[in-house]
Amino acid sequence: MNQFKGRALSWELKNGVIELALHREPCNEIGSSTLAELEKFASALADLEPNAHALILYSTLKSGFCAGADLRELYHGAQGMDKQSAARGVREFLERIHKVMNAIDGSPLTTIAAVNGVTFGGGFELALVCDLIVADKMARFCFPELRLGLIPGFGGIPRLKRDSGNAVVRDLLLTGRSFNATKAQQVGLVSQVVAEGESLRAARGTAAQLGKFDRATSAVAKKFIKPIPYEELQQEIDIFCELFTQPAVEAGLKKFVESKDAQPYLP
Amino acid sequence: MADSKQTLDEILNLAAAQFKVPREKLTPDDDFFKTLGIDSLQALDLLTRLEHHFNVELPDYELQGVSDFRTLAGRIQSRL
Repeated sequence: MNQFKGRALSWELKNGVIELALHREPCNEIGSSTLAELEKFASALADLEPNAHALILYSTLKSGFCAGADLRELYHGAQGMDKQSAARGVREFLERIHKVMNAIDGSPLTTIAAVNGVTFGGGFELALVCDLIVADKMARFCFPELRLGLIPGFGGIPRLKRDSGNAVVRDLLLTGRSFNATKAQQVGLVSQVVAEGESLRAARGTAAQLGKFDRATSAVAKKFIKPIPYEELQQEIDIFCELFTQPAVEAGLKKFVESKDAQPYLP
Repeated sequence: MADSKQTLDEILNLAAAQFKVPREKLTPDDDFFKTLGIDSLQALDLLTRLEHHFNVELPDYELQGVSDFRTLAGRIQSRL
């Protein structure tokens, strides 16, 4: 399927580049509907790969690349369930999204996240599966999960550690603060910082450059330098699910969902 | 290095331009969430613009509970 238009995302293969656009208001929160469409994309990816050399992920929304998991859906979904059933549902969701993330992470294509604005939590984790991150200067990166009594659950910790080192993970994870694009580039997370509104254009320029190289060689190089940390990814799921049953999580989610505070996105 | 008054003026100018509010309507002790009519996503946008403008890092938690321009200016001034 060279082209797809869904409610949360769309993709198109054109001139050897697959462009996956996120477009679920307000800021591409990842809930069950987005996950289903991401799975559809992951299933189609193997058929798209022989005719492509690059994949670009981007958001059509000005608010940002992705604000992470759909916490409202998570909270309301868990209501009326006992803790163990809710934790089983969360584990199933995480295992499904990890499959999607691993499919993109391990794709032989060179993958680029073109990010803007809010790139938080699961959105940050989605960007981290890509080989390169091209950031609009207004992009911000954050792992706010600790304030909910959780850790990132979509593979962010092992992947950030793989890409940027343990000290950077600790700074973002343990303080919950956000980095702007310049800081993210300084720590090696972002490949290019570009002007506001220019990340997709810059990513397309990079993708055009990638098309000059032999695809098989690029794939071999990527496989050599970018191992997927499967063991740590599984540990992350286990820790997340264990934490999810703690009372602090329900209280944190309730506070977020019911907040009238003007700053719910600020850790 | 900018002094406190200059820092405050620059913040007010930047906020007025970005959120299309007449500069003369903004005063140092205004609650900027109310005066600018911004939500948390827009507050992050303002934070990023301020970091770039002043070339400083402003950890989010330093801004927790800060809602007036004067206090915001003080936080930025301490990092210049």
